[in-house]
Amino acid sequence: MQKLTSKLTPSFLVLILVTSLVLLYGVIYPNLAVFTTSFQQAGNWTLSNYRDALSQRIVIEAIFNSIVLSLLSVLFCALVGVPLAFLFERYTFPGRRIFAALAALPLVLPPLVGTVAFIFLCGESGILARGLQHLFRLQNAPWTLRGWAALLLFHTYTMYPFFYVLTGAGLRRVDASLAEAARSLGAMRLRVLRRVLLPQLTPSLIAAALLTFMTSMASFSAPLLFGGNIRVLTLEIYTARQRGDFTMAVTETVILAVISLSALVVFQRYEGTRKFVAAALKGATKRREPIANGTVRALATFTAIGFSVVLVLPVATLIIVSFARDDSWTTETLPAVYTTANFVRIFTEPQSSEVFFNSLSMSAIAAVAALLWSFCVVTLVVRRSSKSKPNLFASGSKRLLSLLVLIPWALPGTVVAVAVAEAYGQPSLLLGSFVLVGTFWILPFVYFLRFMPLVVRALQASMEQLDPALEEAAGSLGARAWLRFVRVTLPLVWPGAVAGTLLAFVIALGEYVASVLVFVPINRPISIAIASELRDFNLGAAGAYGVVLIGIIAISMIVAGKLERWRS
Amino acid sequence: MPLLTLNHISKLFGSTRAVNDVSLDVNQGEFFGLLGPSGCGKTTTLRMIAGLEHPDSGSIEFDGQNITSLPPERRGFGMVFQNYALFPHLNVFENVAFGLRARHKPKTELNERVASALELVQLPGYAQRRIDELSGGQQQRVAIARAIAIEPALLLFDEPLSNLDVSLREETRGELRELVTRLGLTAVYVTHDQEEAFALCDQISVMVGGKLVQSGKPRELYEEPADISVARFLGRNNLIRTMRLSSSKTSDGEFKTLDGGHTLTCEVRHDDLAPLNKPVFLSIRPEQVLLGSPTSPTNNTFTGIVREIVYAGATSTVRLDANGLLLEALVLQPNGLKVGTECNVTLPREHLRLLRNEQ
Repeated sequence: MQKLTSKLTPSFLVLILVTSLVLLYGVIYPNLAVFTTSFQQAGNWTLSNYRDALSQRIVIEAIFNSIVLSLLSVLFCALVGVPLAFLFERYTFPGRRIFAALAALPLVLPPLVGTVAFIFLCGESGILARGLQHLFRLQNAPWTLRGWAALLLFHTYTMYPFFYVLTGAGLRRVDASLAEAARSLGAMRLRVLRRVLLPQLTPSLIAAALLTFMTSMASFSAPLLFGGNIRVLTLEIYTARQRGDFTMAVTETVILAVISLSALVVFQRYEGTRKFVAAALKGATKRREPIANGTVRALATFTAIGFSVVLVLPVATLIIVSFARDDSWTTETLPAVYTTANFVRIFTEPQSSEVFFNSLSMSAIAAVAALLWSFCVVTLVVRRSSKSKPNLFASGSKRLLSLLVLIPWALPGTVVAVAVAEAYGQPSLLLGSFVLVGTFWILPFVYFLRFMPLVVRALQASMEQLDPALEEAAGSLGARAWLRFVRVTLPLVWPGAVAGTLLAFVIALGEYVASVLVFVPINRPISIAIASELRDFNLGAAGAYGVVLIGIIAISMIVAGKLERWRS
Repeated sequence: MPLLTLNHISKLFGSTRAVNDVSLDVNQGEFFGLLGPSGCGKTTTLRMIAGLEHPDSGSIEFDGQNITSLPPERRGFGMVFQNYALFPHLNVFENVAFGLRARHKPKTELNERVASALELVQLPGYAQRRIDELSGGQQQRVAIARAIAIEPALLLFDEPLSNLDVSLREETRGELRELVTRLGLTAVYVTHDQEEAFALCDQISVMVGGKLVQSGKPRELYEEPADISVARFLGRNNLIRTMRLSSSKTSDGEFKTLDGGHTLTCEVRHDDLAPLNKPVFLSIRPEQVLLGSPTSPTNNTFTGIVREIVYAGATSTVRLDANGLLLEALVLQPNGLKVGTECNVTLPREHLRLLRNEQ
């Protein structure tokens, strides 16, 4: 390990070569292509694309709406997620575990499937609306699932786990003795919360806010299906491409990318000022307290059960609809006739079953490629630099490498897809006359780009936990570099790496935002099939696709969870 | 010829000189200690011997060969890490067998050597245990077994006992020394614990601030500290600021203490003749300070007032104030001494040491 930092061995050169090529083809060139195209008109450098775009009311409105929607999503998710985290992380009461087990469910729901489930559940002809209509004998549906309220409701449902999970993790990390010290000094509970706990939680809260903001900026399925006439940037880019206005699409893409990346920079700058030294947190973790007051305990239990039902309802709805015969569900609250025909159809009709093969193979290709590539990147990033010499691969280049790897994750899926389409939609500098767009490989490539940062992150976390003394010990016992890797490093990091790979795999499986921009008939993925079944009012088939997708995701997540636990 | 030689090795971390021009020799069969306060560069020196760090300048020779740029896996030195660095995914047997497998040892030999290594550290029957099932002391033994199983040409220890509690540490210390002697191994042992180094090592080098300040046998270091840093670091010591009075080149030097103005004489060796115009330090161990009933003051004897008596079981520490000069004396029984009373203090000239000034 030490040797490689000070000397340029052949294997080290190969790693650098592979890494730079992937970053050049996947990150640098496509993004540069989009960027430069947005400043060009008929081969000349100009700002007129931006002048054109920003002079349109629609574009300004879309920018404004995207930002406001994202800020409001952050606010609502925090209002739901943070109190829940405090309740479930600090106290015990009957029903706590049910909710704790389900809390992160919306995170693994593919956005499109979640959107579809929401329509079946809360739409004006969904189960809830019809139930109320029947109960109170109303003439019309009591509400419509359209516009701001619908979007915010859906965003809060799908993104509150960022706040819940990160705040919970933050609370578990907080040194219990700090709060105890504060109380021994006479601070009341509220003061402890305000002066001791919240400042410690700031990094978690900022991270959650950032994730929510960026996810919301990238949100596409919900605005598409029930945004009504609210225009957001992702949707504008999609419609611009649909009507063939590629210049407008590219310009809007750059605007969306700039907003997202600025948010990342702003949030991270603030986060940097509030980092707490983890080494100081050595105390025993705070045990959860039972709630003594009976009324409060009953209330807490009620909350746990209520939220659990809310979390499960969309998925339950999806399952019900997937077994419904399409023509049997007209005005009833619940479908009247149940059948397995929907599942039989999507598995037997060649055109339908093909999409499973497409999605599974493309996601697998992307995930395995991401796993292999992440070993290259992480070896370069984690490699302990010899403290003494500013070597060839010093901290500056490591930071640059980490940043480049992160970019596709930080950019909305729409941006990644448009960038790749722009760069490789015609004969290009890097690929010559080969045009990637229109081939099967475009989607595996886009999936790889979008989700490889997850695998890199997972592997990097595992590698960083690895005590460098283990490799040194292996070295002192006579093991060469390859043997050290195979016998010491790999057995200790593979569970984390595979867990990350599975995560990337399942997310790619349900990918819609980028797929819808660049798919072709020969690589039609599941998400596109769901959208088209929905358009044809084959609700049962759309539900069945969603259920199968959720099934695969559930199995993968259980395996990943087992691996994670095994690792620790 | 020494087995291991470090020739003027230096190591920079950024702009700090972690190890500054260190040279030392370790002889065959020696238990060699590198002693110093934390951050003095002793671990870095050990890691350079192991090949885990590269010296920026200087060379390392082993058995007459220059091994400065030999990678660690080809040095054949066993190393026991401070946190043991046991492989958590391998059981005890596989941990101990690791180095033997790297050497492609045949199965029977491998089994035998693992068994005998485990026997040597008194852990027979633990071969199939998982690492996290072992206590700290047992993990420590496995780490030692793993290092000796490869029959190392040199055994390196990086503060191996610092994670054990006091009684276990003393017990393990004795066993470790016995084991190394029995196997006829040469060891380099890094520690910040003076008592541990004294108990274990034949030869000790004291490092302070990246530099090697003194080498010698434990007793020499204790009784003849070369400079203030060593005198301060090794055990308790009275450091007395003085000016030299006589300039004669005789072996007797005459000094006046800056606090209290007492006159002291002590032996001055030719080579460390103290300058006349600069304050110098004399040192004396508390156990060498003699206390008695008041008589008339002569050279090296003066009166002091007892300020404090700290009882510590077998011994007591008496803190004295002799007209502004604060001293500590270690006595077995503080007979007849009372706080606030006067007594006679004698600093025997043969136990006073003239220290080199810190640079």
